[in-house]
Amino acid sequence: MPVIVTPDPFNPWQALADHEQQLNQQGHYGAVASFVGTMRNHNEGVGVQSMWLEHYPSMTEHYLAQLAQRAQQQWSLLEVLIIHRVGQIELGQSIVLTAAWSAHRAEALAACQFLIEDLKFNAPFWKRETLQDGQQRWVEKNTSGVCVPSTTEG
Amino acid sequence: MTITVKFFASLREQLEKSEVKLDSVNALTVAQVWTQACDEVPLPSHVLMAVNMAYVDQHTVVQDGDEVAFFPPVTGG
Repeated sequence: MPVIVTPDPFNPWQALADHEQQLNQQGHYGAVASFVGTMRNHNEGVGVQSMWLEHYPSMTEHYLAQLAQRAQQQWSLLEVLIIHRVGQIELGQSIVLTAAWSAHRAEALAACQFLIEDLKFNAPFWKRETLQDGQQRWVEKNTSGVCVPSTTEG
Repeated sequence: MTITVKFFASLREQLEKSEVKLDSVNALTVAQVWTQACDEVPLPSHVLMAVNMAYVDQHTVVQDGDEVAFFPPVTGG
């Protein structure tokens, strides 16, 4: 159940592929669910040019390791992977990857959502944005990940 | 006893301190640690707190050598 907190840019798709190869469990799982969070150029109606991600060293890694363990206790999973960036992050770079491997999709999908939602509301990271006009501001809270489908008619 | 107190993110900037060492002869709750470390500034209701890197509430009693941390709501992911 690797948990990686890194100041270095990472490619989440390469990380998934590399991890599957290391796992060497081909044929034992039928589902992989993953979430990738990416640095975007706007937030709360304002243009954003970059971001600094602060964390609480050691507590962050400790919290994420416990989170991965809790996911494995709640669902039947073969593996969990969490990677999270810290430090200076530029537009388009990956911020976070959560992934879960299981025999069937229900467990993998539920665990993946659990991992990212809990991480966003409990893991000790803080974002400070640099806006398009050069001003800096701390992000004060994360938004809910619960999504209500919009109705499509006609 | 000696307690290490840490502050993070916007809270660190507001208080203009990242780490404080507290010496006390009395047992202290986390709320009392805040009061002593922050010169009687009231503890904001939204502040999160941890002892030895585990979340606690303000009534938790700290022990000699503990690391107490205060920080704003988290915004990772």
